[in-house]
Amino acid sequence: MRQHSVLRTMTKLLMPPIMLFALYVQFHGDYGPGGGFQAGVIFAVAFILFTLIFGPTRARQVAPACVTTPLTAVGVLLYAGVGVVSLLLGGEYLDYNVLAHDPHHGQHLGILLVELGVGITVWAVMVSIFLAFVGRGAEDDPNADETVDEPEDGHA
Amino acid sequence: MEQVIDIVLLAFMVVTAIAMIRLRNLFAVVMLSGIFSLLSAAMFVVLDAVDVAFTEAAVGAGISTVLMLSTLALTFREERPATRADWPALLVVTVTGAALIYGTLDMPHFGDPDAPIHQHVAPRYIVDSPHEVGPPNMVTSVLASYRGYDTLGETTVIFTAGIGVMVLLAGVNRRRRADRERGNRP
Amino acid sequence: MLETVFGLYNYWIVIILMMAGFYTVIARGNLAKKVIGLNIFQTSMFLMYITMGAVEGGTAPIVATSAEGGATLYTNPLPSVLILTAIVVGVATTALGLALAVRIREAYGTLEEDEIRLLEDRQDTLKTDGGQTVSP
Repeated sequence: MRQHSVLRTMTKLLMPPIMLFALYVQFHGDYGPGGGFQAGVIFAVAFILFTLIFGPTRARQVAPACVTTPLTAVGVLLYAGVGVVSLLLGGEYLDYNVLAHDPHHGQHLGILLVELGVGITVWAVMVSIFLAFVGRGAEDDPNADETVDEPEDGHA
Repeated sequence: MEQVIDIVLLAFMVVTAIAMIRLRNLFAVVMLSGIFSLLSAAMFVVLDAVDVAFTEAAVGAGISTVLMLSTLALTFREERPATRADWPALLVVTVTGAALIYGTLDMPHFGDPDAPIHQHVAPRYIVDSPHEVGPPNMVTSVLASYRGYDTLGETTVIFTAGIGVMVLLAGVNRRRRADRERGNRP
Repeated sequence: MLETVFGLYNYWIVIILMMAGFYTVIARGNLAKKVIGLNIFQTSMFLMYITMGAVEGGTAPIVATSAEGGATLYTNPLPSVLILTAIVVGVATTALGLALAVRIREAYGTLEEDEIRLLEDRQDTLKTDGGQTVSP
């Protein structure tokens, strides 16, 4: 796929809007449809598109394993950490009312952080899973960057 | 109008599912499963569950399809023709399905506002969440605030599944390496 | 009669889809196809929950900013929440199943259940034969 200049250019053009849309979905989830789960998936889709076109080797340079693997845990820890903070501030576990002076602001802050945790975990898990699958095929195949693209060509 | 869209979309879903069962070319099956997900996403919009439709369109039609394609690239593209009779399976499925359909006869009809599901906690979420929690999107407030424990659990499941996939697939591919070493030897 | 058919149509389709997935899981020997069957089953369950949460004439459960004071009928947000998380968990567990299928293919060279069982049996007989020749 790397030699198709149309696909390459379109990928470069599409990636920023996809990621921006993911951030919109993440932080606008309180007001419209959306939230951490969808945002994480959409953010991962940008990386998957990149991997499909440019191959797993370059994708691993963009999202190295030393970043994605710890981030899978960071999201869960952020979520659980919000609960612990609310415990320390005198509330019940995951009771966001105590996070700020005003219960409403507390709820808002809590939901924002929790959704961010969900988004980080979902993004990291989806990217890791996809790169694990692609990396498996690419291990000892010199032209394996194309492994995943072939089928889509065949049935387009 | 909504009823017509509902009936047509669901009929399409059944047709797609049957085609998926009958086809032996797994690539065609995976493509159909993408279509199936997209149809169900459209169905969720008709049923006013926009958040779910959004997720299904991104996850089911996007990531699932890509993951299955990469699995097929690592395994086989064709399913072997069946070697055993499939009438016992058909019998089991028919009997189970008939029993379940008999069970639905008592269920509250579609869209009935007096159904038991709308009586218990839902009014509390709908009436109180805007001033108890704040966000206009009730799904977000239920997801992150009222049912925070649930979502924490679900996030942990996703984390665990991700770790499982990495453990399964990150190791060295012994068989292929052995093959290669054997191939290199004269 | 017609009212019953229209009122329960969604549930019946859900059951047909569920049985289609169930059939794929029990009748087909290919492990990848079994995972796809599980996916159909899962989607049918999602549809059932969302169908139960729908209200005739309701709107999406997002509070309108310019509410005219009148009571708006919202659909039930609870099934949406349950299914929203279930979809993402579903894809993560599907990925786990597919990863297992990839490993099985690497270990046995096939994804067909029957062939895997044959290979297992052959390995077992080889092992017991080996034990007999060593023991005397």
